[in-house]
Amino acid sequence: MSEAKIASSGRKRAILFRLIRYLLHIDGWTLLLAILISIIGNILALAGPFLSGKAIELIELGVGRVDFPAVVEYAILMIGCYLFSAIFAYILSVLMIKISQDTVYQMRKEIFEKLAKLPVGWFDRSQTGDVLSRISYDVDTINTSLSSDIVQIFSSAVTIIGSLVMMITISPKLSLIFAFTFPLSVVLIRAITSRTKPLFQARSKRLGELNGFVEEMITGQRTIKAYNREENTISRLYSFNREATEAYYKSEYYGRIVGPIVGFINNLALSLVGVFGALLYLAGSLGIGGISSFVLYSRKFAGPVNEIANIIGDLQSAISAAERVFKLFDEPGEKEDSLHAKELSDVHGNVALSHINFSYIENVEIIKDLSLNVPSGSLVAIVGPTGAGKTTIINLLMRFYDPQSGQILLDDHPINDITRSSLRRAYSMVLQDTWLFGGTIYENIAYGKESATLEDVSAACREAGIARFVEQLPQGYDTLLDDDGGNISKGQKQLLTIARAMLIDAKLLILDEATSNVDTRTEKRIQAAMRRIMSDKTCFVIAHRLSTIQNADVILVVRDGKIVETGTHTELMRQRGFYREMFEAQFS
Amino acid sequence: MKRVFFYLKNCFWQMCGGLAMKMLAAVAELFIPWILARIVDVVIPTKNTTAVLLWGLGMVLCSLLAVVFNVWANRTSAAVSGDATERMRHDLFTRIIKLSACDIDRFTIPSLISRMTSDTYETHRVLGVLQRMGVRAPMIMLGGVIITLTLDPVLSLVMISAMPLLALITVAISRRGVKLYKTARQSGDDMIRVVRENVTGVRVIKALSKGEYEKQRFELKNRRLTMAERVAGRTMAGVNPIMSAILNLSLVAVILVGAYRVNAGLAEVGKIIAFLSYITMIFNALLAVTRLFTMYSRASASAGRIFEVIDCPCEPLLDASAPETENTEDPAAPAVCFENVIFRYPNSGFSLENISFSIGNGETIGILGATGSGKSTLLRLLLRFYSPDSGSIRVHGQDISQMSARELRRHFGVVFQNDILFSGTVAENLSFDRNLSMDEIDLAIKNACADEFIADPHAEVAIKGANFSGGQKQRLMIARALAGSPDILVLDDSSSALDYLTDAQLRENLSHLSASTKIIIAQRISSIMHSQHIIVLDNGNIIGSGDHAHLMESCPVYRETYEVQMGGNENV
Repeated sequence: MSEAKIASSGRKRAILFRLIRYLLHIDGWTLLLAILISIIGNILALAGPFLSGKAIELIELGVGRVDFPAVVEYAILMIGCYLFSAIFAYILSVLMIKISQDTVYQMRKEIFEKLAKLPVGWFDRSQTGDVLSRISYDVDTINTSLSSDIVQIFSSAVTIIGSLVMMITISPKLSLIFAFTFPLSVVLIRAITSRTKPLFQARSKRLGELNGFVEEMITGQRTIKAYNREENTISRLYSFNREATEAYYKSEYYGRIVGPIVGFINNLALSLVGVFGALLYLAGSLGIGGISSFVLYSRKFAGPVNEIANIIGDLQSAISAAERVFKLFDEPGEKEDSLHAKELSDVHGNVALSHINFSYIENVEIIKDLSLNVPSGSLVAIVGPTGAGKTTIINLLMRFYDPQSGQILLDDHPINDITRSSLRRAYSMVLQDTWLFGGTIYENIAYGKESATLEDVSAACREAGIARFVEQLPQGYDTLLDDDGGNISKGQKQLLTIARAMLIDAKLLILDEATSNVDTRTEKRIQAAMRRIMSDKTCFVIAHRLSTIQNADVILVVRDGKIVETGTHTELMRQRGFYREMFEAQFS
Repeated sequence: MKRVFFYLKNCFWQMCGGLAMKMLAAVAELFIPWILARIVDVVIPTKNTTAVLLWGLGMVLCSLLAVVFNVWANRTSAAVSGDATERMRHDLFTRIIKLSACDIDRFTIPSLISRMTSDTYETHRVLGVLQRMGVRAPMIMLGGVIITLTLDPVLSLVMISAMPLLALITVAISRRGVKLYKTARQSGDDMIRVVRENVTGVRVIKALSKGEYEKQRFELKNRRLTMAERVAGRTMAGVNPIMSAILNLSLVAVILVGAYRVNAGLAEVGKIIAFLSYITMIFNALLAVTRLFTMYSRASASAGRIFEVIDCPCEPLLDASAPETENTEDPAAPAVCFENVIFRYPNSGFSLENISFSIGNGETIGILGATGSGKSTLLRLLLRFYSPDSGSIRVHGQDISQMSARELRRHFGVVFQNDILFSGTVAENLSFDRNLSMDEIDLAIKNACADEFIADPHAEVAIKGANFSGGQKQRLMIARALAGSPDILVLDDSSSALDYLTDAQLRENLSHLSASTKIIIAQRISSIMHSQHIIVLDNGNIIGSGDHAHLMESCPVYRETYEVQMGGNENV
């Protein structure tokens, strides 16, 4: 137990150091300057009470004997100190904003560049929301706490040490009070926070449970209503609600002692300063001005002590956020292209797979010893039930994943010896989940071929059978698509992605047939467009309709992630295996 | 926000006690610098050590009183705000669960979830802060001013004169800052959008080697966001230095004026020391008040969002707790009957036009149509998630607008399109709090073809059924609908993820449940072509009605769909 604790605190320290290194690397000199300025600013602020004490000593002389020129002199000095300290404080803020914005900018940039390098497999395993929260929420958390905390630590240290030194110079005896109250407050704060920490953890846990329940039930409210489960659901909320409220209350009950206790110790210190200061004054070893400065310093001294608890909390959340960001940085990227990898040009479209073995997870075999010869211009169909893993072969062909053993050849070159970009350029691809980005229709279609003119784009659209629809839009090809093309129908999206693939006009084509989410007429148009794009290309088609595949040169039948049968339609029908069963079930 | 305070009524006296405690604590704290001034000005000149110690004891006593009262008040405030939030959360959830489909469309589900989670959390937090700081800070400010006035009115006026300036500057800067932060947030959304597109489109981007292009696109958004945040930050950075400068300058002014007044014999030096303490106290209180204002405005936005939902009117018959309506069912009447039903969604152009059909008891009806043809709308009207604009819908001869929603829905077992499973066990999901026996559950699992992957009905189901595949989830949801032995079974596109083989087996099992009337909605023609009766929907209109053979002859859309989906190879 304690060993694990040490390990985790060691890990935390490692993350913190890495974070600081990262920060120093980006803006090390600015940070140094910021620390310097914060020290000077704090010293100037510390001079304030000293000067006011001096002024009060002059006022203390009493009726008619106040030394005005000297008081005014001190007042001017004070004004200077305070004004400069305010200016320094502003400069410090501006510097800190620069540092934190530089850091955040750089961190976001590096995260994004890392994302570009990560293999497709990583995205298949990760949730979109999680990725987004790293680049937004986590980066912001690091940003708000880290840079300001570092400066805060330095300025607090300056204030604590500075005011302590000043108090000792004014009166070493009176300073002894803090030798009593300072440790007292540290001990009390630590005692309370160590007791409340599990309470706060319980509180976030209970709140998380409540939120989880609420989210699930609100999402499923239609089902709840259809089954008349409203009252049961509401009564189930009761215990979640009760426990969350109770945990919140308990953490507040103990956690909210800290503030008053810290206040009490400060007040206690002030009282002791008052009494002993008065006694020292009576003994003649301290002036009224001294008492006054001492009181002000003791208040300054107390400030940072209260801050420490906040800073520790901030740092902890920054560390856990940084851990998530660094974990992303450390994720292995797509393997680099091999050194002698060459650019492939003039593709003919001959593909050969020899003895391919592949699994996504170790020991769960997906493809076993698959060999396949696909001469230029032929049609390979991949069929099987939904979710059976039909996209695996596509993943291998385009090197989104690499097989554990065996070789894939494109025009007799092993694909590992071709640069990834030229390999992928050899294919056009129409996927089932149509991807469009927030931009104009023109930009979306020309996405794969930047040199495309408007004529090229409209020619591709005509061939895909979407030109008429686009041209009757008020803005035509300049129509802006929402995020993910939310303002046009599914069928039209599909046709736009077909137009995009047509424009690329590669020798090899990967086609994932649309499911039946469109009306019959659009479906017919899509099928016609697909037939047009398939002509004179080597095609790999993931088929949902058995009609597409009857003239395929080879059909791969996939079930539970594995290829179970291969052959032409007639061969497979003769085999009386799973393919035949599927085919007949359709008409039963 | 006023409405939130209504929830405090239950513990009104407890809260008043807490607030009074907080006030006493503030008074005790205010006395400490006053005593200090008294020691310096009155006691020291008498050179009376005992008096010094006595007054010192008074200060310690005040400190003690302050801590006891503060802790007590904080605990009371935690109890009061917890209690109010718990009840508010309960009311909000009750209302959300009973919200009509129209209202849910209007609010949207993500927004309802965030109202129930982050908005209630925010109000909870601020209720606590308001009780602690809302009394303390103004009390310290007011008390501080009053005490300084009694100590020395002239010095006090010097100090107070800085306050309006302070307030003015803070308000002006914050107002600008809020605007700037709003633009920054928009730039943030832009940046997130690019990242989201890159995550969802990773295959396309990699296939087209567009990594560099995307980097530049992101670079632009990233830079713009950084600029916006920097401008906003720089503006807000002015607040604190300006505030502390003004306060410290007023402190210098107090010393200067004080020096003059002491010289003229109008004031004592101890009072100046006390002033210096009070200025810091008042300054901190002022900072707290400005923080309080921004918090309060955020919380009242949250409270507004909460009460917008709670105040949503509820149709009496749709309320799950409504009294039962009179049962006028006629066993001889058709199970479901639509008569000239017309319906338009309030916020979209889509409508159902003049829908009429009826389904006899125990019959199976198939409804076919493309996405957006109105299939699911039909189902929503039947279950009264929406009410038709005209025409009538009868279930067992009874007009559903005269029935309570509870009574109506008791007849149905439903699987919606994109329906969900809940976290818990398989058995809990299927039983769904309906006190079903294990036999009923086992039978439902078998009939829904779910027995091939469910060995143990007590197996865990993750949130939203995430540990099952699409086809498995659909079978479990069908089992849930079957488990209650409903007299009308409605399946909306709920076998789309099943392969043809399993789908055929499921249809076979369902055909033996002759007691149930079945409504099967599908896009896949093979799921419904064997139904006794088929309705073809297109754009909100019935364009074909009859059995398979009849529709192949009379309905071109049906025939086309058949040819496209079956590949025109019926004779294979």
